[in-house]
Amino acid sequence: MALKIPRHEMPCQEPAVRAHNFDEVALGYTEEMAVEEAKRCLQCKKPTCRSGCPVEVLIPDFIKQVAEGDFLAAAVTLKEKNSLPAICGRVCPQETQCESRCILGKKGEPVAIGRLERFVADYEIKFGESHGEKPAPTGKKVAIIGGGPSGLACAGDLAKSGHGVTVFEALHVAGGVLMYGIPQFRLPKEIVQTEINNLKEMGVEIRTNEVVGKITSVDELMASGGYDAVFIGTGAGLPYFMGIPGENLLGVYSANEFLTRTNLMKGYKFPEYATPIKVGKKVAVLGAGNVAMDGARTALRLGAEEVSIVYRRSREEMPARAEEAHHAEEEGINFRLLTNPVALHGDEKGWVKSMTCLRYELGEPDASGRRSPVPIPGSEFELEVDTVVVAIGQGPNPLVTKSTPGLELNRRGNIVADPETLATSKAGVFAGGDIVTGAATVILAMGAGKKAAASINAYLNGENRSH
Amino acid sequence: MHLYQVVKRRQLAPAIVLFEVEAPRVAAKVKPGQFVIVRMDEKSERIPLTVMDFNRERGTITIVVQDVGYSSCMINNLQEGSSFLDFVGPLGVPSDIENYGTVVCMGGGLGIAPIYPIARALREAGNHVISILGARTADLLILREEMAAVSDEVVIVTDDGSLGTKGYHSTGLDQILAQGHKVEVIWAIGPMVMMRAVARYTKTLGIKTIVSMNPIMVDGTGMCGACRVKVGEETKFACVDGPEFDGHLVDFELAMQRLAFYKDEENRAKAHGACGQEGGH
Ligand SMILES: Cc1cc2nc3c(=O)[nH]c(=O)nc-3n(C[C@H](O)[C@H](O)[C@H](O)COP(=O)(O)OP(=O)(O)OC[C@H]3O[C@@H](n4cnc5c(N)ncnc54)[C@H](O)[C@@H]3O)c2cc1C
Ligand SMILES: Cc1cc2nc3c(=O)[nH]c(=O)nc-3n(C[C@H](O)[C@H](O)[C@H](O)COP(=O)(O)OP(=O)(O)OC[C@H]3O[C@@H](n4cnc5c(N)ncnc54)[C@H](O)[C@@H]3O)c2cc1C
Ligand code: SF4
Ligand code: SF4
Ligand code: FES
Repeated sequence: MALKIPRHEMPCQEPAVRAHNFDEVALGYTEEMAVEEAKRCLQCKKPTCRSGCPVEVLIPDFIKQVAEGDFLAAAVTLKEKNSLPAICGRVCPQETQCESRCILGKKGEPVAIGRLERFVADYEIKFGESHGEKPAPTGKKVAIIGGGPSGLACAGDLAKSGHGVTVFEALHVAGGVLMYGIPQFRLPKEIVQTEINNLKEMGVEIRTNEVVGKITSVDELMASGGYDAVFIGTGAGLPYFMGIPGENLLGVYSANEFLTRTNLMKGYKFPEYATPIKVGKKVAVLGAGNVAMDGARTALRLGAEEVSIVYRRSREEMPARAEEAHHAEEEGINFRLLTNPVALHGDEKGWVKSMTCLRYELGEPDASGRRSPVPIPGSEFELEVDTVVVAIGQGPNPLVTKSTPGLELNRRGNIVADPETLATSKAGVFAGGDIVTGAATVILAMGAGKKAAASINAYLNGENRSH
Repeated sequence: MHLYQVVKRRQLAPAIVLFEVEAPRVAAKVKPGQFVIVRMDEKSERIPLTVMDFNRERGTITIVVQDVGYSSCMINNLQEGSSFLDFVGPLGVPSDIENYGTVVCMGGGLGIAPIYPIARALREAGNHVISILGARTADLLILREEMAAVSDEVVIVTDDGSLGTKGYHSTGLDQILAQGHKVEVIWAIGPMVMMRAVARYTKTLGIKTIVSMNPIMVDGTGMCGACRVKVGEETKFACVDGPEFDGHLVDFELAMQRLAFYKDEENRAKAHGACGQEGGH
């Protein structure tokens, strides 16, 4: 019976309309749709879906509550494992995580777990009551460095345990990539701020405008700041460039700059907001991950006429969430696959005007199991461009790590942390999220924050789990 | 929340204003050569400004701002008692202060403000500090008394000869060298054209020259790459690797080009916001 109900599509803005505005693309399920979709779940005794979720959300349990129409109870169930469901429901790569393991997916389409998660979380934001009860203070203090999903999740769990928690955030708002990177049309900033306000209500102090490594340091926080433990969740915020000629030409942006100007600084509302963003007519975005899709779709919304994703592998290897690639294509983004630039060229005033590219073909699988791209000799061609957005990846920002003696790093500059406890080589210092794993996902960062909170709790209670 | 209140405002020249701002945590840590990033309100840009002075006891930072466009004009309209919404710092790598012997500190126009704490620190470290202060004309030559108080000698040059020697910083340097001084290091801060001219000249003389780059920035923490400058064969991020670099290695042409990135938008901002209309005053 259940198999016969087809998976419910989520209503979206029409591609031709949404390509010109910054409003959210996906509109979310109605109550009826959510209940109907929830009824598709077989309530498996051994729910394989859960093993696909990095934090093992109690998927069948919350879905059952949705099917019964008890949305607020479903929210409580969700939040047992996931502190940011409104966000994860929107940005998790469900097709490779929870939904990839749903039994219904074997023969037909999996339960739309992510969409249900989003629905429940949004419902709770609208109709739920805040649970502002504060636990008895333990008198212990923890400093969290970085206000991204890892830091926020860690702060939330520690505050629930009664510790005094301060988040140190370099930018003028907390949220990390959720605020400066992921665009409004995919993750409304109001949702992120709701989560942050909840933390504040729980007593978490958020100190924006404080760059650790400059205004203070990990050692100082622990020695004279009165903090008993520190969690480092500074992310992977350092943009990589390709290292090809012409990358400093005018019109060449890192995706971080392009997205930060637009999202964090609201450049799309320039000149009402004073930070400018400039986009030309012909835009090339280098890379094919979520960051690249966001860059391409942002360029389109800022008025570009022709936007291309330029990627050296094929469609199958594209790391972006399936939904984003699909939405991008619907909006009219070109996919120039098996193509890679080797040089950028500028005009006499230094503005980028074209890009020499090479065509590729897929060769033998490499160490990662993916077929590696091999350049085709003599296949050079020129692509006319006036804006280039480089989205080929980010590394760890060294401001904190360099200013913290005794902190073990790997050769890429990521912090080495025990996979079980997230303890670092320095006593009392824990780390998680992209600064440990390299650029990954929101749910992994959030999960790491929760895991670290549990270890920090144990550490503060004198259970020596950290070493 | 935080209040970064303006406790003192002083007009130094027609379009140049000095502000002393309450920011105790920044004041406790800042060193010469570092900068802050400020925002006035929710809709403002993040504007980088070099620290001109700091008072650790009072918990204040002093900045000097030149009206060159919309945001700097808005800042310069702030009065005593009003506040900045955001005030991030200290950012960037501090100047490399040690006892070199004889050093020359060159400030051009507004660049006299950022050279001030560097000159003072160099003098405190035991150097013989000779300052060369330059401006287009006498009216625009700021902070003369302050610089005299932290220098062993001061040479003044103006483009039009209305004060001191008529000429450029190189003219002043020639004078000093003619007096027999052996100059170990030069700090040169000012407009890009001035720093480029100085660096070209001192390269021929073989005197190490440090310049402070002011590219367009957004975050100031190494996250966006807007501030990239070419130094030798390497691309550096001025906000975290600088802002000071070896002037003999900086690609000034590229740096000057990159400053023009948002020319059209800057004009639109001015037209929209009706601040900074008059231009050069
Ligand atoms: C454009 C873009 C789109 C993405 N899309 C998706 C998606 O669809 N789905 C998904 O799952 N993942 C996506 N990701 C990845 C995901 O956002 C990250 O994996 C996640 O945000 C990592 O969380 P974090 O807490 O480790 O770090 P971040 O989110 O990077 O937060 C780190 C925070 O630390 C602050 N900080 C850094 N240094 C300091 C310092 N010295 N002092 C104080 N504060 C500091 C930063 O300002 C920042 O606020 C995307 C990433 C980007 C850039
Ligand atoms: C590290 C650093 C330290 C600085 N210190 C000071 C300081 O102590 N006092 C001060 O008055 N200014 C300083 N600046 C420059 C200041 O940030 C700019 O003048 C300001 O951002 C211009 O904004 P605007 O909206 O007023 O002008 P806009 O309309 O944006 O620009 C007007 C013109 O100024 C130039 N410009 C734009 N952005 C910058 C920039 N970031 N740096 C230099 N020129 C720019 C461009 O040529 C542009 O055409 C510093 C810049 C940096 C990067
Ligand atoms: S958190 Fe992400 S992976 Fe886990 S159930 Fe929710 S959407 Fe799926
Ligand atoms: S595997 Fe699919 S059908 Fe089974 S419990 Fe999970 S979501 Fe429901
Ligand atoms: S200002 Fe963004 S990296 Fe320097």
